[in-house]
Amino acid sequence: MIESYGNINPVLAVLIHALIPLTIILVYALVAIWGERKVAGFIQDRLGPHRVGGWHGWAQSIADLLKLIQKEDIVPKDASRFLFKFAPFMMFAASYAAFAVLPFSSWYIGSMIDIGVFYLIAITSVLTLSVIMAGWASNNKWSLLGGMRSAAQLVSYEVPTIATVLTVIVVSGSLNLMTVTEMQSGNDILGFLPNWFIFQNPFLIIAFGIFFISILVESHRVPFDLPESESELVAGYQTEYSGMRWAMFMLAEYADMLLLSLLGVTLFFGGWNSPFGSFMSGPAWGFFWFLLKGFMLVFVMMWIRWTLPRYRVDQLMHICWGILIPATFVNLILVALWEVVF
Amino acid sequence: MTTVIREGWTTFKSIFTGMGVTIRHFFKPAVTELYPEEKVELPKGARAKLYVNIDDCIGCNLCARACPVNCIDIETVMATSDVDLGKTSTGNPKRFWLTQFDIDMAKCMYCDLCTFPCPTDCIYMVPEYEYSEFDRTNLVYHFSDLTPEKVDEVKEKAEKEAEEKKKERERKMKEKKAKAKDKAKSKPKPKPKPKQPDNKKDDEES
Amino acid sequence: MEVMMNKTTDSNSERREMVINMGPQHPSTHGVLRLELVLDGEVVKEVRPNIGYLHRCFEKYAEELGDYASVTPYTDRMDYVSAMNQELGYVIAIERLLELEIPERVEYIRVIISELQRIASHLLGIGAFGLDLGAFTPFLYLFTEREKILDIFEKTSGARLLYNYMTVGGLMKDVPKDFKKDTAEFVKTFRPKIKELNDLLSYNKIFINRTADIGVLPEKVALNYAASGPVLRGSGMKWDLRKDDPYSIYDRFDFDIPVGSGEVGTLGDCWDRYMVRVREMEQSLRIIEQALDGMPDEGDVTEAVPKRIRLKEGEIYCRTETPRGELGYYIISDKKGGPFRVKARAPSFVHLSMLPAISKGSLIADMVAIVGSIDIVLGEVDR
Repeated sequence: MIESYGNINPVLAVLIHALIPLTIILVYALVAIWGERKVAGFIQDRLGPHRVGGWHGWAQSIADLLKLIQKEDIVPKDASRFLFKFAPFMMFAASYAAFAVLPFSSWYIGSMIDIGVFYLIAITSVLTLSVIMAGWASNNKWSLLGGMRSAAQLVSYEVPTIATVLTVIVVSGSLNLMTVTEMQSGNDILGFLPNWFIFQNPFLIIAFGIFFISILVESHRVPFDLPESESELVAGYQTEYSGMRWAMFMLAEYADMLLLSLLGVTLFFGGWNSPFGSFMSGPAWGFFWFLLKGFMLVFVMMWIRWTLPRYRVDQLMHICWGILIPATFVNLILVALWEVVF
Repeated sequence: MTTVIREGWTTFKSIFTGMGVTIRHFFKPAVTELYPEEKVELPKGARAKLYVNIDDCIGCNLCARACPVNCIDIETVMATSDVDLGKTSTGNPKRFWLTQFDIDMAKCMYCDLCTFPCPTDCIYMVPEYEYSEFDRTNLVYHFSDLTPEKVDEVKEKAEKEAEEKKKERERKMKEKKAKAKDKAKSKPKPKPKPKQPDNKKDDEES
Repeated sequence: MEVMMNKTTDSNSERREMVINMGPQHPSTHGVLRLELVLDGEVVKEVRPNIGYLHRCFEKYAEELGDYASVTPYTDRMDYVSAMNQELGYVIAIERLLELEIPERVEYIRVIISELQRIASHLLGIGAFGLDLGAFTPFLYLFTEREKILDIFEKTSGARLLYNYMTVGGLMKDVPKDFKKDTAEFVKTFRPKIKELNDLLSYNKIFINRTADIGVLPEKVALNYAASGPVLRGSGMKWDLRKDDPYSIYDRFDFDIPVGSGEVGTLGDCWDRYMVRVREMEQSLRIIEQALDGMPDEGDVTEAVPKRIRLKEGEIYCRTETPRGELGYYIISDKKGGPFRVKARAPSFVHLSMLPAISKGSLIADMVAIVGSIDIVLGEVDR
């Protein structure tokens, strides 16, 4: 926490705070893109990348990055130049800024603000804006369709996401994610289960299910990857992008995936808490557990991606407004009742 | 309400069934063959590249005629009477110098139709598939084993002989005409022996 | 932005429509099909298929080659996904003109090979259909299976895609010694894979949501457009040339004709067409098993092959059931060496023509599903 740095120059302290999540995101993106391809490969009885760098092609993402840096930066002639160039960076900035309130360990959080959850949800809404921006500025019909789909989908699914987060807030009573995590320490349930929220209240399991579906939508993952659905919209809002700008989209997308997974971990799976009580716990282990749980969720997202076909845009909306939102609110009331009774 | 729940249940059930299938495949070994390191042996008779055993070729041009895309180019020169080109391994006599036998593998469509009419089975497909080139002209394979000098030599010789034959023929024609005139004057005589071998050769040349 | 704005305001200001080009470079138009879509939002108001990007003058070539045998490799290239079936149709047509007797063994091998090819073609069709709907993994599982069939074909004919294996009067060469064993092995290992496919894709609820009630083709419309093959059978009509107008020795085998049932939606929707293909693969396996039992072990496959094909003046229309439907060859022969005219009636072309009729009012995503479910091969559409 910021106070623990004591006498260091505040600007330097802020920089250090900012750099830790950035490093995590960049390293994670390289690993996750490689991992995604490996997972896809193994699921499909292939090998995935396996040449660059020797061991299982671990350097594939680095090679890809180098290639993308070398590529020509193409801006379509009739594109809206400023918006076109700005959109990818805005998208990444939005998901990066949201990392500020995630408690990576008991010892480290970017910014200890009391409205952490609120801030996180607000800042990720900017994603929608940048996707529409990219879709519209490309002056490509496919991009425009992708941008429109994305707008509809992200705006709609923010409702169930927020409502499920609210469910957890009802239990925890705090918007500060550090406090939320601290409340989940210990192994008291049935004598051995950790005090994670998902085990504390049976209705929170349902809440987690809805939350997981919503974050799949929010991070554009199959079966809800409509804005960039390759076989329908060519590449959706990314169609006209190439080189580093496209890489920024990719980076933002993976960062978003991690962000929402980590939010899920914080809210439902005890954040940086060790599953074995005091065993293997501490600030450094906190980092480890937090990221490990996050990666597990990311793996499940990948696993789903390589299994399922994708929904259609109207079905997606139906699931949101017709099923998830009513279910979330009913669930919210049930969770609250459970909390009152027990 | 119940339909929604039932729908939801079947959805989740089918999704988990599918995820079960994929996770089982996740732990199965891959079916990939790492190509440049591991090469799959092509089966006998795989059609990958045309090859001509030029020693056995008699220059009959049947393969070139069978080819639907005209990728085989054959030029032959009649062997002069003083050389004996020998016989093929199948026992067919060779009577032509093969001054050119080119196969353009860039054009070839691997239909194998050229290999059937060959009387000596000297053109066939071989299972060799790593022959990509940067320049398209390198895909034209020259199977003729004659050096350019040799080609010129045999062509010259052949021309000379053809000329001689032509003269011979003209001479004979003249003789014939003279004889015919004689015949017209005197009473008819039985015809001299026919010139069959010459005719045959002319046909083949043309 | 100028260009787009002008288009939407000037020409279509009242209708608020957007014209969009789907293809020829689009991930799910199965080759080089170009669809002009008139969109209102995401709803497709009108579809205009544009074809001809893969036109290779098959019919003209056939006239110019001056040889009946040289046409066979060109038939391969029409529907390159099911080359063996294309050859079979042509070869049978010429054989009927010649009134040739075909040896027993040749007939059995032809049936086995063309049923294997049917499975291979359906595997690709189904896989690509799944791919269009976003399911990537089944595609690769099915490709693994298709690879096994191609391996059998490679051992048999020497080529993997364009075989030129069937000749008028017989086969190019005899099958390898372990052909029977390989095929039986494939049949054995393939059955469980169909079940796996059903688990993973066919009965997946998302897949059903995407395909049920989409692109409904009523039987009457299908008949009016002269649809055939799985597309017609998906609409509920029991029509299979292998049963209704048997060629080769198909009348000897016992198999069912799967038809669309409308289990999950309306009769004749995309799911029905898809499922007919899956079920047809099972029937093909049955035919292969029976043919493997009945196939004579000895016999010269080239004994009936004529040295040179000389035909009288005449004409014939010969139709066979390819994986995509009724493939007909109309051949006019004259006394010269080659055919005077060869016309191919390609099922994909016919099916493509009914695309506007069945896709009006659907979404772009449905459009992709419909194109995938009629399983066209552009090589055959354009020829």
